[in-house]
Amino acid sequence: MIPRYQTVLFVVLLVASAAMGVALWQLRERAHQRLLSSQDSTPTQAPEVAPAEPATIYVANDTDGSLLAQVQQLPLPKDPGARARAVLGKLLDLYAAPDAGHPVPGGANSIAQVFLMQAENLDGATGKGGSGGVSSPTQSPATTDPMQMGPELAIVNLTGAFAAGHPSGIETETLTVMSICGTLHATLPRVTEVRFLVDGQLRATLAGHADLTRTYLATEAMPTEGAR
Amino acid sequence: MRWIKKSIWRRRVVWALAAVFAVAGSGRSSGPIGAKAVAQATPRPVAAAAAPTAPGTRFVVVLDAAHGGDDPGGRLNGQSEEAFTLAMGVRLRSLLAARGIQVVTTRESDSTVDLVRRAEMANHANAQVCLSLHGTESGSGVHLYVSNLAPAQPARIAPWKTAQAAWVTRSLALAGTLNSALLQAGMTVTLGRTSLPGVDSMTCPAVAVELAPERAPGKKVTAELDDPGYQARAAEALAAALVEWRGEAPQP
Ligand SMILES: [Zn+2]
Repeated sequence: MIPRYQTVLFVVLLVASAAMGVALWQLRERAHQRLLSSQDSTPTQAPEVAPAEPATIYVANDTDGSLLAQVQQLPLPKDPGARARAVLGKLLDLYAAPDAGHPVPGGANSIAQVFLMQAENLDGATGKGGSGGVSSPTQSPATTDPMQMGPELAIVNLTGAFAAGHPSGIETETLTVMSICGTLHATLPRVTEVRFLVDGQLRATLAGHADLTRTYLATEAMPTEGAR
Repeated sequence: MRWIKKSIWRRRVVWALAAVFAVAGSGRSSGPIGAKAVAQATPRPVAAAAAPTAPGTRFVVVLDAAHGGDDPGGRLNGQSEEAFTLAMGVRLRSLLAARGIQVVTTRESDSTVDLVRRAEMANHANAQVCLSLHGTESGSGVHLYVSNLAPAQPARIAPWKTAQAAWVTRSLALAGTLNSALLQAGMTVTLGRTSLPGVDSMTCPAVAVELAPERAPGKKVTAELDDPGYQARAAEALAAALVEWRGEAPQP
């Protein structure tokens, strides 16, 4: 014979476990709904293909040694480093085209990376820097407010294949360097100084003439000065 | 909290510095160009002649046939740039000698002469003109390049790597004289400024003269670099310019 209190206890426990089962089921449903709804929402990351924007590119011409500003519609990423790489890639694509005025083989893939650093502490080192002029660079943190950041140094890392394939000559090498400096400054006005690496290494010259050991001032690239 | 941030920042600076030095160090120690970079980097003060030469002093031209030896320069139509510059140097020297102008050359054969040595030779010559001769397949006509150092007052002791600064104004004037003579000879001329290691250390009016093939407007080559007639035309125009430069009273 089962005592009465045990029967009552059994019924209470049965009801409680049933209620918990229902509650659990509802929670699971709600969590599932949340998961589905979050999948529907727009991505937090910007789309891979950025919208086309006008970008000023300084295009060199070997015939008269000139740099001509050209406005191109380009998909430009928001990240400054990627943006710099995109415009320089376009510049080198123009040079790699069959009827280029400043023919240089290689194209966009010749820009391995572009690093941006704050240039505030570099003032003393802007001279001809065989001694590796960069004194105390501080990697600019991505989170810093762009309005508060000072002038920047861009380090353009070129591929070895690009340097090896670059035509040799004072004019052609100078024009490549100057057009890269001018284009960087036009796209990222805070870039005031530019240094070059080839395959991540310091290199004496681009193809026997243009000095790659020094820091270039982006403003040097502005229209070629004539003598007298 | 603050000090943690500060120490992170400090560590980041140290790492960035270490990376830069590592890159600089490895770049310097590898390959044949590394040795030259070290030689160029040696800071050596230059005792600059304070004032440009007064009239009546001997007129000396330094001809620097660029490249040579370990550094063949660019590959030109069928020959190396070093052989081309040597040939142009010989041509120009005989034209200048015929006009009674004393010439000092930085090399006479296919030998390695580093940029420091070239500048030392040029500065020792106390010259009124220093021409660094180059050749290229890019562009057309003659490219005249002057150092892009900002003009500076002549100092008794000038830093080695920027010694040309005190002479830039004179160098621009020399480029102007060369330009007019070349234009008169019917050649196309491109004028420019650039960083020229070697020339940047010279204490004389200095111009880099780079000869490119002659091209018609459609970029079609009308005279190759190895065309003796074309070489002679360029050399004659340069010699004529230097005779004119000799005649001009040097303005301080
Ligand atoms: Zn050369």
